[in-house]
Amino acid sequence: MSPVEMNLEARFEAYVAEDKKIEPKDWMPDAYRKTLIRQISQHAHSEIVGMLPEGNWITRAPSLKRKAILLAKVQDEAGHGLYLYSAAETLGVTRDQMLDDLHTGKAKYSSIFNYPTISWADIGAVGWLVDGAAIMNQVPLCKCSYGPYARAMVRVCKEESFHQRQGFQIMLTMAQGTPEQKALAQDAFNRWWWPSLMMFGPSDADSPHSGQSMKWNIKRFSNDELRQRFVDMTVPQAELLGLTVPDPDLKWNEDRGHYDFGAIDWDEFFNVIKGNGPCNKERLAARVSAHERGAWVREAAKAHAAKQAERRAKSSTHAA
Amino acid sequence: MTEAQHLQAILRLGDDALVLGQRLSEWCGHGPILEEDIALTNVALDLIGQARNLYTLAGSREGQGRDEDALAYFRTDREFQNHLLVEQPNGHFGDTVVRQMFYDAFALERYAFLARQTVDPDLAGIAAKAVKELQYHWGHSSQWVIRLGDGTEESHAKVQESVIALWGYTGEMFMADDVDVACAEAGLLPDLEGVQRAWSVRVADGLSQATLSQPEDGWMQRGGKQGIHSEHLSYMLAEMQVLPRTYPNATW
Ligand SMILES: [Fe+2]
Ligand SMILES: [Fe+2]
Repeated sequence: MSPVEMNLEARFEAYVAEDKKIEPKDWMPDAYRKTLIRQISQHAHSEIVGMLPEGNWITRAPSLKRKAILLAKVQDEAGHGLYLYSAAETLGVTRDQMLDDLHTGKAKYSSIFNYPTISWADIGAVGWLVDGAAIMNQVPLCKCSYGPYARAMVRVCKEESFHQRQGFQIMLTMAQGTPEQKALAQDAFNRWWWPSLMMFGPSDADSPHSGQSMKWNIKRFSNDELRQRFVDMTVPQAELLGLTVPDPDLKWNEDRGHYDFGAIDWDEFFNVIKGNGPCNKERLAARVSAHERGAWVREAAKAHAAKQAERRAKSSTHAA
Repeated sequence: MTEAQHLQAILRLGDDALVLGQRLSEWCGHGPILEEDIALTNVALDLIGQARNLYTLAGSREGQGRDEDALAYFRTDREFQNHLLVEQPNGHFGDTVVRQMFYDAFALERYAFLARQTVDPDLAGIAAKAVKELQYHWGHSSQWVIRLGDGTEESHAKVQESVIALWGYTGEMFMADDVDVACAEAGLLPDLEGVQRAWSVRVADGLSQATLSQPEDGWMQRGGKQGIHSEHLSYMLAEMQVLPRTYPNATW
């Protein structure tokens, strides 16, 4: 590293340590840029892959009101994808490159979306737990050091609380409904509880990038801290619903002031990441297929825009 | 116009909106570009919102305690009276935007009249909101037909096929039956000949900007308004209605 670069790096670090925002035109270390591109694009991909398990129930929503709410929710996720792709583009990648990485399996997305939504109660559980966990993860990002990412997250977080509420409402209605509905709600809870806890990532001892990201103010709390907060927040909500948390080891720990909970099946977690989850293939295939089937449409839009520009140019030279 | 005809007219409006909204919602997450996932969902949301308002009004007029969901989820395909056009499958993106353009051009005329008529002020209120939405829908669908028609050779050929394939479903919108005639005489619904003239001008203009040729008016499919549908509707309703019919005592 040259003395100039060392100087830049020191200034950058001091700047970030003071909790100031880095903007696209500011100098930044290469590793910082790469980490952000990886994280933001992965986050954007999660938003759009996440549309699939919930989109799965739009046409079968059990009332017109629920249908409209779910449509609006899934539409929000598309919007989140847009904000985040735009934030990543400020770092010098294009949306096409990022989509290519997703479609070839090079880029990851949140593993939670590789689980199937097999009943309507799953839509409740996803909103309540998955969006709930996402909020835990995302609220601290509103203050992250990279300006465009932080600002995108402010917009995202505003909408996420509506997502969690609509999920909780579905669960509440079902948990207070007929015995069959209550059974569906409990079943969905059983299947989504553990994968939701896994959303916070490996335990701190096994989380390779955490230290550096904390130093850069991209990450502010450890995976285990956030997971604990989520458990502490969610258990009383489950009690309110009258549902049983599917963990025999769960109990309040008076000394710690937190809930103790059972061991997470990390073997399952790493297998889903590796591609062995129940829906990994379907999710990626659905994205690839939508992209390929849409290729002629995108090309047409480009061709038409070019023709229009040409016509405008011609008419303005004639006018002159 | 009898009360039953008046009610039927409102239900038909609701059925068109719901069936087309349901079709468009199938796109959510599968559009050709993220911006279109958002735009098509916007249109779907508007249409489902219109259907809810119309069904709620119909239910209250009927006075038998049926709400929007009873009308959407507990009627059979023989009781739905939407036009055949709106139940046609999404096909590719070109098929979807052509279907939408044909419907939007029709709905705009119809709802503009509904918003002005004074026979049913409740309906006029619903229609006034819908007109603003439909203007946006028309802009969206016709712009896409123009982009595709005036895009690449491939897109031009594809969307020309869509126009030809869907043309035979446009005539039904202008075939007046007893309900249409009675409601038009009473001033509730527009005269369909006038609607057709306005529709033709609008659509011809869109197609010509898209450099697409307009098919000859041949035989036009019909039956939707009498509840005799294509094979597609029954599948759509089976999917849409599955939960309330499986758990008829549940609320959601
Ligand atoms: Fe989101
Ligand atoms: Fe969300």
